[in-house]
Amino acid sequence: MVVAMKISGSQILVEVLVEQGVDTVFGYPGGAVLNIYDALYLNRNRIRHITTAHEQGAAHAADGYARATGKTGVVIATSGPGATNLVTGIATAYMDSVPMVAITGNVSTDLIGRDSFQEVYIAGITMPITKHNMVVRRVEELADTLREAFRIAQSGRPGPVLVDIPKDITAAMCEFTNKPQPAKQKPVHRYTREQLQAAAEAINRSEKPIIYFGGGVAISGAGDELLALMKKASILACHSMMGTGVLCYDEPMNLGMVGMHGRVTSSMAIEQCDLLIAIGARFSDRVATNKGHFAPHAEILHIDIDDAEINKNVPIQYSLVGDVEEVLQDLLPLVKENDHPAWMEQIEQWKETDYVPQDAQDHLKPHQIMEIIAELAGPEAILVTDVGQHQMWAAQYCKRTHPRSFLTSGGLGTMGFGYGAAIGAQVAYPERPVVHITGDGSFHMNLNELCTTVSYGLPVITVVMNNTVLGMVRQWQTAFYEKRYSNTSLNRKTDYVKLADAFGAQGYHTQTPEQFRVALQKALEHKGPSVIECLIDKDERVLPMIPPGGTVDDIMVD
Amino acid sequence: MEKYILSVLVRNNAGVLARVSSLFGRRGYNIDSLTVSATNNPSVSRITIVVKGDAYVFEQLAKQVYKLEETIDVYPLSREDTLLRELLLVKVKMDAIIEKEVTDLVIRSGANMIDVTGEAVVIELTGPPRTVNAFMEQITKYPVLEVCRTGVTAMERGMTKHETLKNIL
Repeated sequence: MVVAMKISGSQILVEVLVEQGVDTVFGYPGGAVLNIYDALYLNRNRIRHITTAHEQGAAHAADGYARATGKTGVVIATSGPGATNLVTGIATAYMDSVPMVAITGNVSTDLIGRDSFQEVYIAGITMPITKHNMVVRRVEELADTLREAFRIAQSGRPGPVLVDIPKDITAAMCEFTNKPQPAKQKPVHRYTREQLQAAAEAINRSEKPIIYFGGGVAISGAGDELLALMKKASILACHSMMGTGVLCYDEPMNLGMVGMHGRVTSSMAIEQCDLLIAIGARFSDRVATNKGHFAPHAEILHIDIDDAEINKNVPIQYSLVGDVEEVLQDLLPLVKENDHPAWMEQIEQWKETDYVPQDAQDHLKPHQIMEIIAELAGPEAILVTDVGQHQMWAAQYCKRTHPRSFLTSGGLGTMGFGYGAAIGAQVAYPERPVVHITGDGSFHMNLNELCTTVSYGLPVITVVMNNTVLGMVRQWQTAFYEKRYSNTSLNRKTDYVKLADAFGAQGYHTQTPEQFRVALQKALEHKGPSVIECLIDKDERVLPMIPPGGTVDDIMVD
Repeated sequence: MEKYILSVLVRNNAGVLARVSSLFGRRGYNIDSLTVSATNNPSVSRITIVVKGDAYVFEQLAKQVYKLEETIDVYPLSREDTLLRELLLVKVKMDAIIEKEVTDLVIRSGANMIDVTGEAVVIELTGPPRTVNAFMEQITKYPVLEVCRTGVTAMERGMTKHETLKNIL
């Protein structure tokens, strides 16, 4: 029904959010968004607002919500410090192509540019870390600006969009007409029949092909198409960290992660392949550790929705620019059924000698923690990580079976991402287990959000892998700085059990696999949030490792 | 290093110039000049960018600019088929000794003396960057007080070929 009515800018904001299918937003109130929060109060039955402890947590929550659901996450913050506190969260979403709309209040238009109280030029600050941003200067433009923000955030390669709204605009009255949400836009598609044919022929004539896929396949929802291509042409696949969960971990054709801490088999396969098919991945320096020596014997076929990724990091011979799902649907009929017995046999041999970590009974080994989490929390669980060694161990051993069930800050590598993102995932899926895997370094960055999970009764389980040091930096100091452990031996005295108790959550301290198993089982049965501390050795390393700038010849496995 | 010319049509919104120019800093491209001009459509501006680099830099630059929401289209211009123009204003402190030489230089170069106020004259020259450079070399032999160059604007010869980024890639 189309109804014209005269309402305030704040009400328009609420109406457009509802129109865009938003039922949950994350944020933090403040002076410049008082009108917006008044409208949210009056519409609390239509839109749920989750108040975090800090705007950064809210931004990560909106991000985690978006990663888990595929919908656009929405975060609201006030002007000045509220807006600047979003910056890390927005940059995190930008680097991982997460659809997000960030709404910031600003001082009234007559105060803009006068260094007014809590004024900051957030559009300028966020220009390089948003897909687009906009300042609303007239209330008449507000509704369409917001609609445009959602369209941009979701279309093509998704990303965060910021809309800055001065306070007087949120109070001003304006005629508003509901617009039904437009049909989902057709994705870009920019290849010719000839390009498609050339790509298919490259696949058909390859004797040693390998697929390397990334988060783009999850965003596109093209896991089935990917597997169909792999099966039809008998091509094994490895993936970037962002591709975790797209293929089931125990799918025999899935070689697992590639890159700096990827499996040796994956690295060897890329080293020796004659055709590398990159799908929804961007050859980041954590995968192409030495971009001059990546897939050195191969031609490369790159399938991605973003033109600017083609030839950006490595030279490409064949490219198909478009939505991965659509490209694979077009490509599949042209690809011949095939097999590569000698090549498969070679890869099988690498698999047999690949790095395998050793179990322990009397103390906690990182991979065992991950395996227990995967086993007890089950395939429905959403695992969320912070950044560091624990993140790599989680990526290596988390045994994901579904896309969007492993949320991690891949591109920006944001320590402190995990707790906020876990809140977002738990709000989106109240019935699914959400396990936040973190380290003692990362957890201290945003553990204030414990108050949020307690307030809202969100049963997020935090597993703190406490090695008393900043483990990843320490690992590099061990390998490349002759064990000069500059400022990484933190040895914090935080008592995690008491910490959890003080916030109103449950806390556990564990030192053996059995203790951890028991604690995790209790936490999974508990209705509220829990914190489980796992003591691990400070010299545990993430292996295998290819040093930065290194190649497959430099892989460290012990 | 080669010089490349990119003509970009953008929506004439507040901040669009900052958005385009910040891209260069962020991605580490070296720009020679960047000029914003009005077009026959008041809501559309043309940005002409001259960039130093190789084919890789130019391809990336064109694609990154194209990705911006406010970019309508991107035209990589070939140097052979493109008319380049730049406007130079230069103020020279004149005296009786140099007056004849400077006047001759101005006439010879097709420049104009557009203002004489006291001892200072302002000379205007429009031409391709090559011509402007040559004139600069000559005029700086005299006491130059101020120089202002607009940077390059560019247009292709003949009927527009619509050789846009869209159909090149």
